Amino acid sequence: MDMKVAKKLGLKERYALMTRDLAWDTTYQKMEDVFPQTTYEGIKIHDWDKWEDPFRLTMDAYWKYQAEKERKLYAILDGFNQNNGHLSVTDARYINVLKLFLGSTPPLELMAARGFSMMGRQMNGAGPRVACQMQAVDEYRHFQTQIHSISNYNKYYNGMDEFAHQQSRMWYLSDGKSFFDDAITAGPFEFMVAIGFAFEYVLTNILFVPFISGAAYNGDMAAMTVGFSAQSDEARHMTLGLECIKFMLEQDPDNLPIVQRWIDKWTWRGTRKLASVGMMMDYMLPKRIMSFKEAWEMYVEENGGALFKDLARYGITIPKCFSQTIEEKEHVSHQSWIGFYMKPQATPFHTWIPTPDEMDWLSEKYPNTFDQYYRPVLEFFDAQEKAGNRFNNQTAPMNCQVCVSTMKFNEPGDPMEMCFRESIYNGEKFHTCSDHCKEIFDNEPEKYSQTFISSHQVLQGNCEPDGTDTSAPDFKPGQDMLGYWKLDKRALGDFNGSEDQKNFAAWREQATKN
Amino acid sequence: MSNAFIAFQKNDESRCIVEAILEDNPNAMVDDQPSMVKIDVPNRLVIKRETVSEKMGREFDLQELQLHLITISGNLDETDDEFTLSWNN
Repeated sequence: MDMKVAKKLGLKERYALMTRDLAWDTTYQKMEDVFPQTTYEGIKIHDWDKWEDPFRLTMDAYWKYQAEKERKLYAILDGFNQNNGHLSVTDARYINVLKLFLGSTPPLELMAARGFSMMGRQMNGAGPRVACQMQAVDEYRHFQTQIHSISNYNKYYNGMDEFAHQQSRMWYLSDGKSFFDDAITAGPFEFMVAIGFAFEYVLTNILFVPFISGAAYNGDMAAMTVGFSAQSDEARHMTLGLECIKFMLEQDPDNLPIVQRWIDKWTWRGTRKLASVGMMMDYMLPKRIMSFKEAWEMYVEENGGALFKDLARYGITIPKCFSQTIEEKEHVSHQSWIGFYMKPQATPFHTWIPTPDEMDWLSEKYPNTFDQYYRPVLEFFDAQEKAGNRFNNQTAPMNCQVCVSTMKFNEPGDPMEMCFRESIYNGEKFHTCSDHCKEIFDNEPEKYSQTFISSHQVLQGNCEPDGTDTSAPDFKPGQDMLGYWKLDKRALGDFNGSEDQKNFAAWREQATKN
Repeated sequence: MSNAFIAFQKNDESRCIVEAILEDNPNAMVDDQPSMVKIDVPNRLVIKRETVSEKMGREFDLQELQLHLITISGNLDETDDEFTLSWNN
């Protein structure tokens, strides 16, 4: 008997059948009532079917490949942990980068999962809805796997156990939190530009590529497998962000000025968030593969530049902040590290002065700035520490009303002068760290005047441990910040003399001798 | 002219994929980094299913690239036979 064998469907046909063909337009309710959020930002869309995911990934293929990624990841993680992986990293200073990563990154992945779940509901077209739903699941996976990869370290080292409590409270985690809070409270299209473009294309390309390659170079197989596994999803996420930008620009010429403003705004917000990633690469990895400046040139200047040139055909121009970001690439990692070094009693990770050969590496990588501006500061701190006078700034920082970074960046063109800007709104003065943050504030003052800034909230008595009697006669606002942050005292202070330093040395000794 | 690029985790499968890319893109430049490899090609980078299958000695589905990918740069187009990254500038 002859059997007629159906030809296997091609990728394009399969994608069309499994996404668009499974969707329908509503008739009992008006489409605009079902999808009420996609119009108020002023973006005009005429044909949602013009949106196609260039990966043409369907749900069945998605589950298959993601399951395989998870199997590989957890096999590596188990192997690493079973083999005392926490003792195989270059030196104990490295572990501090994981503490910073744990506080700053997984909670943002969770916010991204929430945001993309909302997008998966709100986008009218089936193409973007499916892609956003996949991204929501990815982000949830990143949140979980990042925590799992660090949980083994948490058994041995201090300062990792309260990251979830600290996320909304710690001063230095406010910049990332504000980035996502800003994005998720914007409309759906702005969210896609904020996360799909600025976060994925600008930020994760540095955090999960050269930084993770550096983590691997320092012997951390857990961070390596988690970082690269996450980034394999990010390639899809960047594509979604870019498709969204192109889709808006192709649908209606009126969308151009709105999209341009979002690109300008979010390129800058992404840049500000990168300052601490720069410090992780230049100061916190004991063995380095490339400087932050080199990574910036490769992944932002060249790669971002290629994108902006590509979008020029739609009328998009290079973001106004781009030239300032290029100037700042030689400064921000040093300014960040010095900023954190000065606050040894206010972070759950240790800081230190780079060794002389590490300073020489920095001089070589930053010939225009390090010896001139930053080496003298670090050497001064080093001399003070050796004289028993370790620098300890106990004042609350001043923060930017938009990016919530601490004020530490220099005036453009003048590295010796700190940059401050201010705006008046409803008779009140608001401070920003740069011309670009000021412009963002002035454009949406009603939104940014409400920014939660912990140094202000402390003075108002809003940052106290549970159960504090703020009406007690001897109450002083901010009297117990360590209690409010749930900061483990063993995790504070300089790396030199820390419990982590002693334990790591003792355990490594045991691991290599009988 | 901008570079299109792609980066992979270093493993046995991606070694075959990189070999295939080098064969099909004569201007490709390889940047070997710890545990990853990045390949840049001016303007347009193509990965052909047939070449990768030949290098691996088995049938290869281009969607398997998902397992080894780290990052990409360029406008993407994926079909059953080709995975292309390109810049229009």
